Amino acid sequence: MTATVGYDDVEVGTELPERLFPLRRVDLVRYAGASGDFNPIHWSERAAADAGLPGVLAHGMLTMATATRLVTDWAGDPGAVLEVGVKFSSPVVVPDGDEGASVSVRGVVEKKLDNNRVVVNLTTRCRGEKVLMAARATVQLS
Amino acid sequence: MSLNQDFVGRSFVSPVPFQVGREHIRQFARAIGDDNPLYHDVEAAKAAGYSDLVAPPTFLISAIPGALGLPTDDPALGLDYALVVHGEQRFTLRRPVVAGDELITTSTLTGIRAVGRNEVLVTTYRYDTSSGEEVAVGACTLVSRGTAPPRG
Repeated sequence: MTATVGYDDVEVGTELPERLFPLRRVDLVRYAGASGDFNPIHWSERAAADAGLPGVLAHGMLTMATATRLVTDWAGDPGAVLEVGVKFSSPVVVPDGDEGASVSVRGVVEKKLDNNRVVVNLTTRCRGEKVLMAARATVQLS
Repeated sequence: MSLNQDFVGRSFVSPVPFQVGREHIRQFARAIGDDNPLYHDVEAAKAAGYSDLVAPPTFLISAIPGALGLPTDDPALGLDYALVVHGEQRFTLRRPVVAGDELITTSTLTGIRAVGRNEVLVTTYRYDTSSGEEVAVGACTLVSRGTAPPRG
């Protein structure tokens, strides 16, 4: 397990360019099955409305996984992610349609630690709104 | 109805080890739309120095026995799942989880506190292999909307 990014090649401020990730209803159903989280607010319009929500929501953990992916792809090795933590600040509403929702993720190296570790701060938005706050990953670079 | 404070401090240990399987890792990776070869191709994972397929970092959420990252589904806790939203989540990995790992999760409900009209539940986790190696720790905050007692 070795990251393809070298510690000496990054500085505080090094950017992980923005990427867009589509989330459709079928993705939520697939995530429900794979994760075991079958809360109906993630697939039933009726359940979401009954709970007073604006629509069917993506699982918070799916949004977190999507944000984390920016880091695992950047590092070149998912095993290089030592820590990841987020606060869920706003729900990702996924309309029933071919387009679904689009989640944008970008990152910036916020801190360089000892032992070739860095902290990446992630900005994750949907329809312009920040859906995660304090989203950070600690990554072992080579 | 407010949550049952008697649950604070209780720990729950998964009754049987969670067997991390190749197909589950592949299925989880497909569900997050990630085609990273280390999640799908055993030879690629071995070439990268792993003993088997690597699990995505957030795969750990699926190894917790209760729903929604809660340590228990005991109705005595008084939680209505329809009112719950996820507040925070964190994982710290001592090493990557790989196919073949047998994980035993110890979840501890460390706090239930009222924040306005909501109640915030904090759970911490520890993931050990069945041979006693600590693989990861984590923490989860859930918000139970509108269940805090009104202030008198």
